[in-house]
Amino acid sequence: MKRTLTNALPPALVVLLTLAAWEAVVRLRHVPEYLLPGPLRIAAALRDDWPALYPSLLQTLAVTGEALLAAAVLGAGLAVLLMQAKWIERSLFPFAVILQVTPLVAIAPLLLIWVKDVRLALVLCAFLVAFFPVAANTALGLQSADHHLLDLMRLYGASRWQVLRFVRLPSALPYFLGGLRISGGLALIGAVVAEFVAGTGGAASGLAYRILEAGYTLAIPRMFAALVLLAGSGVLLYALLSGLSYLVLRRWHESAVRREGVLSSG
Amino acid sequence: MALPGPNVRDGEPVVRLHQVAKRFAGGTEALAGFDLAVAPGELLALLGPSGCGKSTALRLMAGLAEPTAGSLERRLPAPHAVGFVFQEPTLMPWATVERNVALPLELLGLPRAEIRRRVEERLVGLGLGGFARAYPRELSGGMKMRVSIARALAARPRLLLLDEPFASLDEITRWKLNDELLDLWQREGLTIVFVTHSVYESAYLATRIAVLSARPGRILGEIAVAAPSPRGADYRSSEEYLRICRAVSTKLAEALGKS
Ligand SMILES: Nc1ncnc2c1ncn2[C@@H]1O[C@H](COP(=O)(O)OP(=O)(O)O)[C@@H](O)[C@H]1O
Ligand SMILES: [Mg+2]
Repeated sequence: MKRTLTNALPPALVVLLTLAAWEAVVRLRHVPEYLLPGPLRIAAALRDDWPALYPSLLQTLAVTGEALLAAAVLGAGLAVLLMQAKWIERSLFPFAVILQVTPLVAIAPLLLIWVKDVRLALVLCAFLVAFFPVAANTALGLQSADHHLLDLMRLYGASRWQVLRFVRLPSALPYFLGGLRISGGLALIGAVVAEFVAGTGGAASGLAYRILEAGYTLAIPRMFAALVLLAGSGVLLYALLSGLSYLVLRRWHESAVRREGVLSSG
Repeated sequence: MALPGPNVRDGEPVVRLHQVAKRFAGGTEALAGFDLAVAPGELLALLGPSGCGKSTALRLMAGLAEPTAGSLERRLPAPHAVGFVFQEPTLMPWATVERNVALPLELLGLPRAEIRRRVEERLVGLGLGGFARAYPRELSGGMKMRVSIARALAARPRLLLLDEPFASLDEITRWKLNDELLDLWQREGLTIVFVTHSVYESAYLATRIAVLSARPGRILGEIAVAAPSPRGADYRSSEEYLRICRAVSTKLAEALGKS
């Protein structure tokens, strides 16, 4: 408990000092609000505009979450599929790479034309950027299984399914979770970029739309308030996925275990 | 010439390699003209310089690789009647000790209750009783190796192959595990092939020592060890033990001289 406090204190202090300096500069130099509002002004905007911002936050988070879920399931699925045969890998992997290297802003307009349902199009855009890290990492993890363990599976005549279940999938788990952590941030970015391109108001208006709208009306504090929510969501998402990774791996993987003495020797 | 150990039963060799060669895709010739017959119940040590093809020979015997020339016969009741212990413990880090030991039995599709019973028995037999729920990373090197041996024995193999199993352990743990291995061999009527690069280890454990030449490996000579079982600290300070060590060292020097 005491340890947690001493660990958390320095970063908290740095953040507080930064905010205080920001507020001081804005006040002392009389920086106009439409250029750079101070933290207190942004907090006020956050409070006042909450009725409009909150539904948008939920909207963006929902799109991000759905895209991430789809990326996790389909990314891991593709990785398993690629591993089944060299020819499958050679013929499918280029598509994944092409999708990965093509900027989302360039394909988003097309997707918005093709897919009538705007919300579905947004999820699809976010999915496209979130998909690759999960697929590539999981594929690497599946290949990284201990060769001696694979030998052991052969010794006992294990089926392809048994090899996958007992050795390859568990070996790939840390890689999958690492990929998911990257994909979380990408899905959020993907959702925001797609919202910018779509520029929709109404039911499907997420945080990006709030930022656009605030820009048009020069409601800069409100714009910052939306940005704060966006950044906060990103940080929260990353923390959640890191926590998930820790929970799943804490008993056995080097990335998660706490160093302590061994149980026994000899 | 082969001297009967406590378990030696009359009968055909468990594994017989005749004029076996193994050449890898890269062109490395690991074995050439390799002749070896493993008699049932013996404890055979394969001794040779590093890189001479000992692991390769063991993998061939396990059926994990195919010879490129020559013939290999295995007389085993079932393909899985082979247990393999690698140089590293090679445990599944994500699984508890009991799940690791249960792996072969789960692969063979045994009923749950039977698996639990056999795993329990193996854990107790190898002094792992209190560690069933521990994860491999929580164990010391010697304990991990015990788990690896327990796993290799779980499916009740007839032939146990060990590839320099204790090479990375400290001296004390190593001799302790050697004694346990001797014990297991005597109790269970196993046939054991044991790869090592330690002259002393081979002279202590084996009923027969086969010395390999430098690559491409072939059998350079065989030394039978007549010492009685059980062997212990007394044997290790006996005249006979020293004589065997000397004979093996001479053969090994010959192998190294030709490289
Ligand atoms: N899968 C492989 N592919 C190519 N070369 C190999 C392979 N396995 C072993 N070798 C080579 O074959 C030789 C014998 O290897 P190995 O049987 O591991 O020797 P030892 O166990 O006696 O040290 C070595 O030169 C090694 O580099
Ligand atoms: Mg070797």
